[in-house]
Amino acid sequence: MARRSYGRLIALLASRDRDIGGAEDALADAFAAALRDWPGAGVPGNPEAWLLTVARRRLIDAARRRHTAEEAAAHLRLAAEELDAPDAGSSGEDERLLLMFACAHPAIDPSLRAPLILQTILGFDAAAIASAFLVSPATMGQRLVRAKRKIRDAGIPFQLPDQGELAGRLEAVLDAIYAAFAEGWSDPAVVGGLADDAIWLGRHVASRLPGEAEALGLLSLMLHARARRDARRGADGSYVPLAEQDPARWDGAMIEEAEALLSQASRLPGTGRYQLEAAVQSVHAARRSAGVSDWRAILALYDALLRMTASPVVAVNRAVALAECEGAGAGLAALDALALERRLEAYQPFWAARAELLARARDAAGAGAAYTRAIGLETDPAVRAFLERRRRALAG
Amino acid sequence: MKYMLLIYENDDERVDKMDERMPTCAAYAEAMVKAGIYVCGERLRAVSSTTSVRVSDGAARVVDGPYAESKEQLGGFHVIDVPDLDAALQWAARCPSASRGVVEVRPIWPT
Repeated sequence: MARRSYGRLIALLASRDRDIGGAEDALADAFAAALRDWPGAGVPGNPEAWLLTVARRRLIDAARRRHTAEEAAAHLRLAAEELDAPDAGSSGEDERLLLMFACAHPAIDPSLRAPLILQTILGFDAAAIASAFLVSPATMGQRLVRAKRKIRDAGIPFQLPDQGELAGRLEAVLDAIYAAFAEGWSDPAVVGGLADDAIWLGRHVASRLPGEAEALGLLSLMLHARARRDARRGADGSYVPLAEQDPARWDGAMIEEAEALLSQASRLPGTGRYQLEAAVQSVHAARRSAGVSDWRAILALYDALLRMTASPVVAVNRAVALAECEGAGAGLAALDALALERRLEAYQPFWAARAELLARARDAAGAGAAYTRAIGLETDPAVRAFLERRRRALAG
Repeated sequence: MKYMLLIYENDDERVDKMDERMPTCAAYAEAMVKAGIYVCGERLRAVSSTTSVRVSDGAARVVDGPYAESKEQLGGFHVIDVPDLDAALQWAARCPSASRGVVEVRPIWPT
């Protein structure tokens, strides 16, 4: 079944009792029943409605076994009503959004929110999610089970937060989607279409909450990045950094869509991290027509981002933009200041940026050492090879 | 917590390309040292110089070759000291051999 339908069904099944684990089990049973019955009896006209009905019956059976007689009566009556009117009521679109808010609830550990969303909305199994986030599959499986239990037992609501809280809670949902996007970004072959799945989740949120500027901002950001993905690899699979990419290989239509979203977002109240990040990407994309990048604009945007978030990624990117505007020395000073504030021994982007700037400042020895560190910290062999080429070029 | 990263890859290729690949492997080891997590590690000689010993029924049997005949063979190891398994896996992913073979991550029994 399409990954995307899975989440709708889970959301519909889980919404009343907030029992995601129960919903997953019930739906798994329904799939098993389908595999048994459909080959002989034929695929029903509306397979999803069939699965939903069977899964709901399983939930009722499970509830009957669990509850006392009186608890069961009320519960079963509600459930029976749903069974009788399977086509009326929600299509699951809204429930799916509510499920995402539940997964990104403050009570859920931030590192689990993206994995939870990937599993419950898109049906990824724990092993696939574990690989994407570089965690042991057994550990990821246990953590997910515990998180789903928590949602059920702690009474985490499947509800849109109140207007006052919405922006803050939405940020957690957006952060989780972006985390999934970032993991699926580096090599499409490695985690399949995870980045595309994240974009799909982003589209879903933006379509249900079109008045939320940051939701549009995140979608714009992801589309900008996705539009350039093909240009990021040479014909031989080598890594091509942004500065060397051929804009002709960027997806123009996708960039247009990203720009339209950003424009729409700017007409809505409130700004935030994702709109600023999308704006940076927008400036980079403008190289298509202008031929050069407006680094002053990029620097101003990173200055604003830095005031908003203490993220090391932002700080490193800002230092690079600063170097473009005021020379390698200024950028290196910013990087050095950053290194004093936080532990960066194992932060690859810091060392890669430092190496580039030291090379520009003609400190070949310093650049070589920094490239070596960056190489030692890189997981992607194509990026490693690129850094090694840069290091070799220092000697010449 | 201490973990051993056991590096398995095609042995002939590993030995053939040893000189070519050493700088990258050295960079990886240096990154671990600089991060303050490195305990120890070694490169192993070619599998062709391996001998296996098994004692059964009180008698020693000596056989040329490794314990198991497999496509990928143990070529080296690192021992690191990191807060948890997630951190160990992060480092394992950076090992240049991880993109060619497999890096096994095993917790070390605490003394």
